[in-house]
Amino acid sequence: MTASRLISDSSEWTFPMLERYNEVIGQIAADEFKLDTYPNQIEIITAEQMMDAYSSVGMPLGYKHWSYGKQFVLTEKNYRRGQMGLAYEIVINSDPCIAYLMEENTAMMQALVIAHAAYGHNSFFKGNYLFRTWTSADAIIDYLLFARNYVAECEEHYGEETVELFLDSCHALMNYGVDRYKHPAPLSLSEEKQRQREREAYLQLQLNDLWRTVPVKPAERVLLEARFPPEPQENLLYFIEKNAPLLEPWQREIVRIVRKIGQYFYPQRQTQVMNEGWATFWHYTLMNTLYDQGYVNDGFMIEFLQSHTSVIQQLPFDHPYYQGINPYTLGFAMMSDIKRICQQPTDEDRYWFPDMAGQDWLKQLDFAMRNFKDESFIAQYLSPKVMRDLKLFAVLDDDTQDELEITAIHDDTGYRRLRLALSDQYNLGSREPNIQVWNVAHRKDRSLTLRHTPYNRRPLHDNYQEVLKHLHRLWGFAVRLETVDEHGKVELVGECPSARGS
Amino acid sequence: MATLIDRRVDGKNKSTVNRQRFIRRFKNQIKKAVTEAMNGRSITDIDNGEKINIPARDLSEPVFGHGPGGRREAIHPGNKEFIKGDRVARPQSGGGSGAGGGQASNAGEGEDDFVFELSREEFLELFFEDLELPHLVRTQLAKMTEFKLVRAGFTSAGNPSNLDVVRSMRGALARRIAMAAPYTRRLREAEAELQQVLAETPVDEPRAQALIEEIDRLRARVQAVPFIDTFDLRYVNRAKQPQPSTQAVMFCIMDVSGSMDRARKDLAKRFFTLLYLFLKRNYEKIEVVFIRHHTVAKEVDEQEFFYSRETGGTVVSSALTLMGEIMTARYPLSAWNIYAAQASDGDNWHHDSPACKEILLKQIMPFVRYFSYIEITPDRHQSLWEAYEEVRESHPNFAMRQIDGPTDIYPVFRELFKRRVS
Repeated sequence: MTASRLISDSSEWTFPMLERYNEVIGQIAADEFKLDTYPNQIEIITAEQMMDAYSSVGMPLGYKHWSYGKQFVLTEKNYRRGQMGLAYEIVINSDPCIAYLMEENTAMMQALVIAHAAYGHNSFFKGNYLFRTWTSADAIIDYLLFARNYVAECEEHYGEETVELFLDSCHALMNYGVDRYKHPAPLSLSEEKQRQREREAYLQLQLNDLWRTVPVKPAERVLLEARFPPEPQENLLYFIEKNAPLLEPWQREIVRIVRKIGQYFYPQRQTQVMNEGWATFWHYTLMNTLYDQGYVNDGFMIEFLQSHTSVIQQLPFDHPYYQGINPYTLGFAMMSDIKRICQQPTDEDRYWFPDMAGQDWLKQLDFAMRNFKDESFIAQYLSPKVMRDLKLFAVLDDDTQDELEITAIHDDTGYRRLRLALSDQYNLGSREPNIQVWNVAHRKDRSLTLRHTPYNRRPLHDNYQEVLKHLHRLWGFAVRLETVDEHGKVELVGECPSARGS
Repeated sequence: MATLIDRRVDGKNKSTVNRQRFIRRFKNQIKKAVTEAMNGRSITDIDNGEKINIPARDLSEPVFGHGPGGRREAIHPGNKEFIKGDRVARPQSGGGSGAGGGQASNAGEGEDDFVFELSREEFLELFFEDLELPHLVRTQLAKMTEFKLVRAGFTSAGNPSNLDVVRSMRGALARRIAMAAPYTRRLREAEAELQQVLAETPVDEPRAQALIEEIDRLRARVQAVPFIDTFDLRYVNRAKQPQPSTQAVMFCIMDVSGSMDRARKDLAKRFFTLLYLFLKRNYEKIEVVFIRHHTVAKEVDEQEFFYSRETGGTVVSSALTLMGEIMTARYPLSAWNIYAAQASDGDNWHHDSPACKEILLKQIMPFVRYFSYIEITPDRHQSLWEAYEEVRESHPNFAMRQIDGPTDIYPVFRELFKRRVS
């Protein structure tokens, strides 16, 4: 039976072989492990095409911009010099889920990548609440196509350079173009086009609040002097799209495009550990199942284990190549640990995870995958065992102290603090400076004031002046940035154009 | 359920546009780098791509982020000896290697220069830019080897003008025979049988009738085999073959007296490089001879040619004489095309200028394909220029020009180039 089931024993792959792998893996994933996935579209590409895909941040089609060229040049250089292997796959959160496989991969790698991307990532995209809320997998390709064509059209009308500079400015604020709490409805391409035309026409007709100069009676005036916006806004791009006084309709549309794409990547930025951990866990499990059921032989498994271990390798902090915690390692360790806690709980696990110990591991894992993001996932599931295995420790770096302090290590007194600190490390809210639109002086010089509320006294990176320039380009009038310290004292830190004169 | 698509055949170079935009955007920085690269490069080595360094800060895309400072607690793996409450000195880089995860990678490439490789075309494009070459020239120079089409057998696809009629017909004949073979065999049998049937008495009428019908049918089948089919067509195939090479020698003559400073030498270098490229396009093998001179001339290697300085008076004829000697000794006219380029600041010992003219007219001009002279000076001309002007009048393949900046270089070659294309 074993011999007849074996799918391949050579390292060269063929199309029928890949089909067979995909079929078997898909069957195991669906029947035994109940993975719910989008249909797969597996595409074989060359190394060069992989670099292309890389440099467009994994978007299968993007509008043209020099920064992607820079990325490409960088990737190409590193690849040529052998400083970097290309990723074996890129997977796109779309329906059908597109996975790119590189032709250079061996048969084993292709099978691994199919398991990892086409079933691991794919089911994560389909299941995780962030992706469900913020992205619409069936519409993204259409939207990207719309965006590319629209940008190309604008370039034709207004000149490449104008559009490119404008895009630069939008990119500078891309991370501040996401809604964190509202849920946009998915749109199809034709709807999107239709809506864009309507928006444009509507905006042309509208009177912008900022321009409202109709005189009002002094009595009413006090009320109207109220702040604009009435509440601070965290979505800077959205605010600009709707309120920037001088933008032309096409510019608003471009702001919107960048915002939408930023929104599309928003879940990915928050689920790196989970997403990779989940996919790694599943490729590991699926490959082992293949082996147990006789679909692959010993040689295949040895090659697989070799590449699997190099993926989840975690260098210690004092290693010269140490680059922080490897999300694959952390994610894989945590996912595997959930399974372990369900199957073979120790007393410690029963104390820490009373709800989980001894339960059905598939259900528990599925629940974890669906309802968390990195931050909350770590806060919820990082177990003492994983902390011990990875020998985690916390270092406090306080600029008011001369020395660093080790605040917690992997022991009974340290687990909770470690877990909290690590969770915070993955919290987008504390990773990115908290900057919001505070005020528009709409009765004066129409200047825009942003407020930065530092987190743990962390200052802004000194390139904020550059970002302000970009913001100024979008807003059209003066832009100010203020910082509020923990005592509520407000200080002006940056201004563009810089105070009077220039 | 799953679709497997082979995308390898699809267009590559999806990023080409983005790459071009990137280069256009950083043209100034890149051009500076190109100029610097030029200085460090041999003129015979111009024809390659180039690694370009751009300070990374010039092309960073700013976003709001955290700077170092404040209070942060970072988690690291691989604890060996720490316990809670330990205090350690802050490492040099400060900030305890960032906040792990995504942020660190952004800052990771921060300080280094951004190095990347320009392709040969991109490099030449930028290199030529301020020389103000006409586009045609630019593309011609950037083009690789020239090819000649030579016959290389036959193919089954091609355009009608390459159709080989004889071969096609021969093929058609063979095909007709082959395709009709089963019918002709049966036809022959049937005819023989018919003969037999008719010879016998009494004649088996129904059988004969059947045979006659069959014969008719078979004849029709044979007739129906097409006389010629697209399958038969054969076209003459032509393959590209690099053109047979010829060889050229290029003499670079430069005045190295004290008045030739660094900037002038750089200009001269561009001038020599350009000539080299012109020649490169036309000749497979090129040798370059460097002659430097002040009062005496000397053959040197490129390094010394451009980078060592000597002072002294200037006697141009010494270089010309040396060139003449090298020409007769090493480069027989039958095997070599000779080109010469001379750069000078125009200074010459004025009694020497007539001698220069003599040497040029007698020993050099009759044998060289082209002689170009540039005078890098903003000043008034001196005797050498006047002497050379006389040479120019009698020889169309002598070009001279006073130049002040890189834009002036190209016109020197305009004549040369015109002759080449016509």
